[in-house]
Amino acid sequence: MKIERYDLIVIGAGPAGLSAAIEAAKQGMKPIVFDENAKPGGQLFKQIHKFFGSKEHKAKIRGFRIGEELLQEAEQYGVKVVLNATVIGLYPEKEITVKIGEEVKHYKGDSILVATGASENMVTFKGWTLPGVIGAGAAQTMMNLHHIKAGDRVLMLGSGNVGLVVSFQLMQAGCEVVALVDAAPRVGGYGVHAAKVARLGVPFYLSHTIVEAEGEDHVTGVTIGEVGPDWNIIPGSEKHFDVDTICLAVGLSPMSQLLKQAGVEMKDTPGGYVPVCDDFGATSVPGIFAAGDVSGIEEASSAMIEGRLAGARIAEYMGYMTEEKRLLRAEELEAALSSLRQGMFAPENRGKLVEKTEEGIPVSMNLLQKGYIAEDEIERYPGVTHTVGVHPVMECTQNIPCNPCQDACSKGCISIGENITSLPVVVAEAKCVGCGMCVASCSGQAIFLVDEESEPGYGTVTLPYEFLPLPKEGDKGVALGRDGQPVCEAEVVGVRSAKAFDHTNLLTIKVPSDMTMKARFFKRETA
Amino acid sequence: MLDVQEKLKEIGPYVPGADDDMLICRCEEVTKGEIRQAVHAGMFTIEEIRRYLRTGMGLCQGQTCGKLVKGIVAKELGVRPNEVEPAVSRAPMRPIEMRILAEDGGERE
Amino acid sequence: MADRIKEHPILGESPEGRVVTFTYDGKTLEGYEGEPIAVALRTAGVMTHRYTAKKHEPRGVFCAIGRCTDCVMVVDGKPNVRTCITPLREGMCVETQYGATAKEETL
Repeated sequence: MKIERYDLIVIGAGPAGLSAAIEAAKQGMKPIVFDENAKPGGQLFKQIHKFFGSKEHKAKIRGFRIGEELLQEAEQYGVKVVLNATVIGLYPEKEITVKIGEEVKHYKGDSILVATGASENMVTFKGWTLPGVIGAGAAQTMMNLHHIKAGDRVLMLGSGNVGLVVSFQLMQAGCEVVALVDAAPRVGGYGVHAAKVARLGVPFYLSHTIVEAEGEDHVTGVTIGEVGPDWNIIPGSEKHFDVDTICLAVGLSPMSQLLKQAGVEMKDTPGGYVPVCDDFGATSVPGIFAAGDVSGIEEASSAMIEGRLAGARIAEYMGYMTEEKRLLRAEELEAALSSLRQGMFAPENRGKLVEKTEEGIPVSMNLLQKGYIAEDEIERYPGVTHTVGVHPVMECTQNIPCNPCQDACSKGCISIGENITSLPVVVAEAKCVGCGMCVASCSGQAIFLVDEESEPGYGTVTLPYEFLPLPKEGDKGVALGRDGQPVCEAEVVGVRSAKAFDHTNLLTIKVPSDMTMKARFFKRETA
Repeated sequence: MLDVQEKLKEIGPYVPGADDDMLICRCEEVTKGEIRQAVHAGMFTIEEIRRYLRTGMGLCQGQTCGKLVKGIVAKELGVRPNEVEPAVSRAPMRPIEMRILAEDGGERE
Repeated sequence: MADRIKEHPILGESPEGRVVTFTYDGKTLEGYEGEPIAVALRTAGVMTHRYTAKKHEPRGVFCAIGRCTDCVMVVDGKPNVRTCITPLREGMCVETQYGATAKEETL
């Protein structure tokens, strides 16, 4: 039997694994990365939305583009990636067994990084095994990798970022989302993600869950019901929807079995069964490291930084980097990581109700309960102001680590300041020229350009639009409010698409002046 | 070491539940009721339950039901899920044909 | 029946693969070469991939990434093939799986 030896074996070619391999390769190591999938990049290639964060986190770049950049970088540094290679065993002696083709191969690493990511959690309800009940990841895979609709009429269970983002993606792919349901009393994900789904007319049912998936051989309908204080369904609260697909987005669990098998010290946390690691991914077994979702569920942006931290630590462990140099690199990376872990959705706030923003402004309860900000709540945020002429209206009301809008405006109309989680503020002295860069740069699609009176009695609203077919100038239809309900008639007076907007088209609609603070989406009149 | 008899006394007899026929392990088709009864038969760890009922022993190797089984066992025992002793993790982590596994270590040069 | 997305607002026009034919329970179907078998089946409206051994319940695609193994079928005579990650090839013989075989009567 032949055994191949590498200075670093990485298990998983997702954002964390690739980042670690690149970082180690930069220091002269020759890592090999195994991945069980046919394509590298992990879940990045299913992420078609723009990422949050700041420039160093690759904010406002779409996930799949970040994946492409990562693959290019891996190639540039000579990282060897072996695909369709399933690691089936990891042993404390830093040996792995890998199924490649029809063979089990053995490899030994001087160091090993486990970056196997996570798997989706599931919930049970009557009929949950019927064909047509799928994971949210399955929906993304079908739509964004294989270019087929995940269903025609879909009900989404789960209001975390995955449930919200995938609901939006379903609509982009041409599927209808009939309802977004969550047993929790409040929306779990970013308010901006919820708002962009709600304004499309998707009703939110918080404190609701699935009673039954209906159908003989596949899903033909679903019944949901309201969850009472005892976690039982309140009789009489049931609602039925005709659907062909039920999508489950109820969280992720680390896929940490390999680490456990290797004898790494593990801990059972509310977020899953994870290895005990230091800040750089070192586990209790010398030479075995972990990074990304396998060591605790976070976003892909954090996984990439964690990967780099571990990669540098491994390079030091293997003698390719001095401790001094490594610590300098770590300092830089940790600063970027800690900024991603701030704000209302910071790990320590998980499951907590944050009632006020860092600025002391009450959080929109309507946003948490229905997915959109109520009219009597919107005016209290610093991104929402009134002035003569065109100006940005930023409906960004939660402290999340994100600031591309501030850099997008060359006129200095938008300020977030040093603290990346601060709410964007309209700078009154600066003059908006209506370029729309802020609208396209906002990953949460929460910025609108409003001119309250562009002509007597009428104003314009410029909104982000990522659907097909793209409306044309002169198209008539209705403007939808934040709740997705029609508010008035509207006419498209401008459509702008630019390379810099990266597929976020800017639609300018003309509406009566008193509707400019209400109209937030456009629906073409269908004959 | 946990006293099985004491614990059984503490958790009381098995009481049938309305959703006992709910399928939990999709691969081996094990229901919630079967898992609950196994606990009342004195099986308190995931390891024992999977050996007895084959939960998580099918093609997917517990990828889908692992967390669900743990939750049910915990509830039955009146403990938090992280207090339930997890199963041992062993290779192969993914479904693999016996033929391929059998040839592991053999000369194929 | 799941339609193919012809044009996507972010991903642009969907790539068109080479059309190949395969059989599904004896019927001739078409799909793109190299796409997962499950994808080609879905565009033909196939939702049920197998019936379980004990309770004879229908199952189909659940995770779509090869983890849950619910979408397994008998492919070219071999059972338990994960159709969501197995690439489609010209002339493949895909059959509904009953328990662990392609024969309904064995249940």
